Order: sequence, then C-alpha cells, then structure tokens
Amino acid sequence: MVTLIDTSQEPLIREICDRHQNKPDELLEILHDIQATDGYISDGALKIVADALNISRAEAHGVVSFYHDFRRTAPPQATIKICRAEACQAVGSEELAHYAEATLNTKFGDAAEGADFGLKAVYCLGNCALGPAMMIDETLYGRVTPERFDAVCEDQRTNRRQ
Amino acid sequence: MGGSVKVYVPCDAAALSVGADETAAAIAAAAKKRNIKIDIVRNGSRGMLWLEPLVEVATPDGRIAYGPVRADDVETLFDAGFLSGGDHTLAHGKTEDIAYFANQQRLTFMRCGVIDPLDLSDYEAHGGLAGLRKALTMAPEEIVDAVTASGLRGRGGAGFPAGVKWKTALAAPGAEKYICCNADEGDSGTFADRMLMEGDPFSLLEGMVIAGLAVGAETGFIYIRSEYPHAIRTMRRAVELFSSAGWLSDDITGGGKRFDIHIRVGAGAYICGEESSMLESLEGKRGQVKVKPPIPAISGLFGKPTIVNNVLTLATTPIILAKGAEYYSNFGDGKSRGTQPFQLAGDIARGGLVETAFGVTLRELVETFGGGTRSGIPVRAVQAGGPLGAYIPASGFDVAMTYEAMAADGAMLGHGGVVVFNDSVDMARQARFAMEFCEIESCGKCTPCRIGAVRGKEVIDRIIANESRDQNFEILSDLCGLMTDASLCAMGGLTPMPVQSAIKHFPEDFGG
Repeated sequence: MVTLIDTSQEPLIREICDRHQNKPDELLEILHDIQATDGYISDGALKIVADALNISRAEAHGVVSFYHDFRRTAPPQATIKICRAEACQAVGSEELAHYAEATLNTKFGDAAEGADFGLKAVYCLGNCALGPAMMIDETLYGRVTPERFDAVCEDQRTNRRQ
Repeated sequence: MGGSVKVYVPCDAAALSVGADETAAAIAAAAKKRNIKIDIVRNGSRGMLWLEPLVEVATPDGRIAYGPVRADDVETLFDAGFLSGGDHTLAHGKTEDIAYFANQQRLTFMRCGVIDPLDLSDYEAHGGLAGLRKALTMAPEEIVDAVTASGLRGRGGAGFPAGVKWKTALAAPGAEKYICCNADEGDSGTFADRMLMEGDPFSLLEGMVIAGLAVGAETGFIYIRSEYPHAIRTMRRAVELFSSAGWLSDDITGGGKRFDIHIRVGAGAYICGEESSMLESLEGKRGQVKVKPPIPAISGLFGKPTIVNNVLTLATTPIILAKGAEYYSNFGDGKSRGTQPFQLAGDIARGGLVETAFGVTLRELVETFGGGTRSGIPVRAVQAGGPLGAYIPASGFDVAMTYEAMAADGAMLGHGGVVVFNDSVDMARQARFAMEFCEIESCGKCTPCRIGAVRGKEVIDRIIANESRDQNFEILSDLCGLMTDASLCAMGGLTPMPVQSAIKHFPEDFGG
C-alpha cells in the first residue's frame, strides 16, 4: 500500500516523536499527543511514527487498533462519552444513552468527520456514586438527566458559535 | 480570628461533575462583592459524594460542612454567616462529626479531603513523609518485613500479600528493577484510586519511593487510565513538586538513594488493569495478557524484576512504616488485615467512599452508611467487586466484607466496589451485559475469553427468548466452567461469576 505523507504534517509528528526520544515504549504517549493535535491518527502519521521509532507499520497499527481511545478517522466536532457500565446502568444510563441517540439523531460509534456530535460508549468514568456520568473532552458531568444533557449540548453549540 | 477565612471547595472530579468549580467561583465573587477576604483551598473530596460540592469553612471549633452547595446557594450562605459557621439548611455541623465520616477508620485516606493535595508542607504537617523518612533509615529487608507483618494485601482486587511480592522482587537478582503502580482503575463502581490521586497524590509517590528502597528499584511508573484526566494532571504536578523538593532525585535527601517516577497514560483498554497486560502497555505494545510464570516480580517490565501494586496498596505503605506494622494489622478480621476503602455506588442515597476495617458487613455498608437507594425503590441486589464480581441478593447482605467470607459466599471483594441496584433491575440483562463487556474488553489472546464471551451472550439471548431452555442452560453452565478453568487471566476467568450468581439468586428473571 502506498501511503502519501502530508509533508506539512511531518515536522510536527517528528517533533512529537523527538519529544519522547523516539522510544518505542513511549508509543502510547506519542499517539495521545498526535491525537490531541490532529484529532486522529492518519495513515501518514502512522507511517512517520513507525519510521521514527524504527518499528513496522503493522506493529504501530496493531497498537493503535488495540486501544479504544485511538481513532483512524477524523472526529466529530465533539464526542460525548456516556458511561454504560453497571453503576451508571443502576441509575438509568441506558435510558440516557437511548435519549442521546434519539435527540442527536446519531448512533454510538464513530460519527462522520465534522458531525455536530458523536456518541461513544465508555465503561466507567470513576463517577459511580453520581451517575449517570458522561464526559466531553476533559469535562466530567454527573447526575446527567435528559434536561442536563440537552443543556450541555446547547452550551457546546453556543461556545462553538462564539 | 485574624487573617482571611479558609474555605474548602473540592477539586475532586466527582465534585467538579456536579458544579464545584462554579460554586468556588460564586463564593469568590460573593466574598469580593462583600469586601471579605477569604482563602479558597481546593481540597480533595471527603468522600461524602452525595453532599458534593461539599464546602467547608475553617472555624475555631473545626471545619463546618455545607452541602451540596450549588452556585446559586452561595448568596444565602453568606447571608447566613457561613464564614463563621452560621446555620443554614445546607449545614451539617462539623465535618468530622457527620456519622458517615465519624464511623470510618481512615488510614489510607487520612489526608484525603483534609489537605491541599498539592501543598507538600500541608502534606507533611498531616503526617506525610514520616514513613519515607523511617524507610531511609532501614535496611531493605526490614522494610519488606514491616510490610509483610502488617498483613497488607493487594488492594487491586486479587488480595495477594504485598510483602511476599516485595520479598520476591528483593531476592530477584539484577541491578535494574521497577515499581509499577497500577492506576488503571477500570472496574465500574470503583473510584478510590482516582480520589486518592486527586486528593492526596504525595502519599502514592511516597509509597512508591518506599517500595523502591525496599526492593532496590530506582524507577517507577504510574499507569493511569485516560478516563481520569484530573488525576493525571494532579499526579504530574505532584511528581514535579516532589522532585523539586528532593524526594525524587539521584540522591534522596543526601542519603545516596535514588528514585524517579514517570506518569504514563492508558488508552481506554479495561484489560490493562491486568498486570501483565499493563506491563505490555507500558512497553508501548498492545495490552495483551502474558502467560505466567514468570511472575513480574521475577521478570516484569522490560524483562526486569518488577513490583506491580495498586494505588491503594502503595499509598498505604507510608502509614505502615510511620506507625508500625502492628498498628495497621490491629485493624481487620482474620486474614484480611487493615482497612479497605469501600466505594458505595449505583442507586444509593449516600454514595461515596467508606474506609473501614475489614469485617464490616455488606448490610452496614448499604444500609447504615449508604442509607438504601437514592430512588427510594427497594434494594434488590448488589454487585460487589466490579464487573467481574458476583451479584448478591438482599438476603445475602450479612456477609462480612473480608476476602475469605466473600469467597466462601461465591463472591469477591475485589477493589472494594459496591454497586446497588433497585428492584427494577433485570438480572438477565445484567448477566448478558457481563458477557458483552467481556466481548468488548477481551484482549483476544486466549480462546475461552475471546470466543466464550460471544457465545455466552448468544446463549443468554436464547434463554431470554425462551428457546430450548434446558439445553441452553446446560450449554451456558459448561461454557462458564470452561471460561473459569481455561482463561489466561481474570477477565475471562471471572466473567462467569456475575453471570452464574445472577442465575443462582434471581432465576425468575431468566424467563420460562
């Protein structure tokens, strides 16, 4: 497979790998940094990382695909992570999940690039006494009712317009 | 009282999730408006999560608690004179007199919620660093012996004696050894590791340095799950502060010992809470489980002798060294020595963290501490010990919370999570979810877990649909036996526990 490298992207990815001394054991840290910058791990980025760390592309891809956090496609504008594990189930997280799917007119899983919102199921955010819990970027929300869910989405939309 | 009044507003993620930042901002604004000087301290959580955001005011009589305080309650608190402990509908009197808190025995969490998490002098003023100072005067064997004598067992869930693990790593030859802290707290219903890292991060760092001194390791890693961004930030900052104070260096306080700690972030894989999988992940690989032996204490990270301990295990060692093994082992019951931070979660009126000696009953946790359900609907079941733990019916709540008593009842203590379900729960759906969760999170290395989970989910679907019930129950029973006996690790090996306990205690939910 021929993977074209985005030459404008290359210096940045190289810089991230350098920051981690191009060490293979820091691969997860490198991938986190790339994803924080680009939103996902592109084929081009993967190739550069593999080269910098002197590992095969297959190995790098194997790592990327193993972990739920890493994406290979561009993300939606915001990803809402809803906890669907037991402690949140006990206080209605499944109902919240269905409500979220219905109001946002999307399904759990990878939403299209640039979509308004994407929904991602996560299994525990460590907020088990104050469920249902959800997280957007690094902001954690507890006791999320449908009303609070709507309010949070509206806040997100308002912030984007500003 | 001279100077400005100290007001505590937690920065714990759970408190933030219900508006602690907004509350803190409202308090600052209201004080400014009234021209009152206050000093807002962002502490960890006291663990009374149903009262979050729990605001405390330091008065000459002690800290007075108000909660839950929303931003729009703040004006009325000022009007009620809360800065001098004034009465208010949200007032709970002295924090330490609240029954939920007063009835605990806080050892591991003694400082959590009390101090400013990132103030090293505050940490030291509340007993911090005493254990490490002591350890610096001891021989490695003496440190290991103290940990062994304390009876401390691994708090991650398996309950393996910490001292035995340390002794093995100490005896293992090699100049290069590692201390790896497992902070991949993925079990639903557990949040103690997160609370400790956010509320008292130095205690974990202190524990890791002690472990390093004990086994002759000079490098530590803390593997924190990515779902905990607040804990990651706090721990990173704590490492910087601990390092600049000389406690992480090439020459700790001039005594010739060295230790350094690195923070690593997971990437959303539940299985990385399993130690061999976590070590693979720390090496930058897929988090696949490895066959044991060799055990990590002999050959772990990068093939070197490695201690893998949970956050709570490591954070408990400072107090053991500071106060002596006997002080710690005087708490507890039977072979379960010391205290366990239990976490009350799910549909519970007073959810939060309860640290108490082993031996407390499940009923005391759910009813006395927890106050029953938050919804008011009667309790039907508890899942103890995370997603791989058993479902326990209300009739089984008199079990003592020790490793042994739980095992005797076909359940497990795990990492101390207690998830309460009300009467509306469908236990067949919960059993199916256990298999589904295993399917989603299996690392794929061994067949019983990878394939068994999928087949298990399908069989439960057929039972629910009332297809050939007897045969399908028999298949499920066979499958559970196979997964238990033949899986490489606890993921596949324990998934049958919630499934079979649900069938055993709640057969009426499985159709028919």
